[in-house]
Amino acid sequence: MREIHADLITKEVKRLVMEANFFLPEDVLESLKRSKKDEKWELASNTLGKIIENAKIAKDTEVPMCQDTGMVVAFVEIGQDIHVINGSIEDAVNEGVRQGYEEGYLRKSIVKDPLDRVNTKDNTPAVIHYNIVPGDKMSIIISPKGFGSENMSRIKMLKPTEGIDGVKDFVLETVSLAGPNPCPPIIVGVGIGGTFEKAALLAKKSLMRNVDQYSSDSFYENLEKQLLKEINDLGIGPQGFGGKTTALKVNIETFPTHIAGLPVAVNISCHATRHKQVIL
Amino acid sequence: MKKTLNTPINSEDLKDLKVGDDVYISGYIYTARDAAHARLVRLLEEGKELPFNIKGAIIYYVGPSPARGKDPIGSAGPTTSYRMDMYTPQLLKAGLKGMIGKGKRSQEVKDKIVENGAIYFAAIGGAAALIKKSIKSAEIIAYEDLGAEAIRKLYVVDFPVTVINDSKGDDLYMKGRKEYLEWAKRQCK
Repeated sequence: MREIHADLITKEVKRLVMEANFFLPEDVLESLKRSKKDEKWELASNTLGKIIENAKIAKDTEVPMCQDTGMVVAFVEIGQDIHVINGSIEDAVNEGVRQGYEEGYLRKSIVKDPLDRVNTKDNTPAVIHYNIVPGDKMSIIISPKGFGSENMSRIKMLKPTEGIDGVKDFVLETVSLAGPNPCPPIIVGVGIGGTFEKAALLAKKSLMRNVDQYSSDSFYENLEKQLLKEINDLGIGPQGFGGKTTALKVNIETFPTHIAGLPVAVNISCHATRHKQVIL
Repeated sequence: MKKTLNTPINSEDLKDLKVGDDVYISGYIYTARDAAHARLVRLLEEGKELPFNIKGAIIYYVGPSPARGKDPIGSAGPTTSYRMDMYTPQLLKAGLKGMIGKGKRSQEVKDKIVENGAIYFAAIGGAAALIKKSIKSAEIIAYEDLGAEAIRKLYVVDFPVTVINDSKGDDLYMKGRKEYLEWAKRQCK
């Protein structure tokens, strides 16, 4: 049994929440640069230029790229041969969030009760998803999620007969309804199958993927490419000002489902798609 | 040509601004999000005085991140505007002339913008580190208990925005998309 000290988890989470907010992932940045080159519509191209400049300023001066430093979503994969000592994983992650949001001058955006709405003042708690896997390693992905784009996300229980067209229509409708609100260019996470909550979780998990990485299933890889093209034919453009670059990428994750159902979830992420990973 | 605006503003200042124009704002502007809007509108309903002079004012929908060291403010990009739609008509009636946010407004708000000779701008959502540079000072003037959502008086110089809804009733989110699609169609021929 390998032991991992809870303090190490805290220390790493603290670092990751800050880095995720200051440094836009290279793959997203490169994708923005490619899109700018490809964007012939002037207002759209200029807007992408400002978004790229913003990422540079955030990186150089170590300030958050977006004032909405998000609710922390953590994907924790725990090897079954690991034993965490000196505290619980949950407390260790939340302590890391608490310290990182304070030290990094990040905005505290979490309210304790969804109706009473009093701020917890330390951006805790994080939303933590655990997965037990073989081995003796622990992987933590930290993804601060802004709510401009989270609010534009949707889920629908389709009829199985609606099939691929039903899925495509729902994704396109969701992006279209969102329009300028989720800060395009966006990354579109799609979860298909499972149950109600599984579809939503798949959609979220898909956003953790690198933008250059397609589905490992060639059928879904094609669907990702097709959907991206159709989304970018909507003309919404960067910030909704009009243009080609409405989305940088569509990521699809699937899971087996019930004979009577076809759940589809669309989780939208803004151009400031932030995630950082550590393996302990 | 660089278009500029100095606050406070009046309808006359806005009549030459049209959707898609890049405008640089200088002077004092005020921050408010949903929670502060609810309180402002309650004050108006009770016939009480607002914490700032709303006549000719511009409100920026923002909840900045905390300021570090000698910085006047942290990162400060716009939040999504539709959450303020239910309060906006009353503020426009009270004399508000400009709003800065991001995203679509309701038809009612768009109508009231025209009726009151006002304007709605977008700042680039998520470009919070870039926008921060044009904010020279920040002071909390009301509702400190709301934290990031308190009302702040900001002094800005060349604060960059784009006109979304002008006083003639145009909407960049519809017009920009339509014009781009027509252009893209012509390129295909």
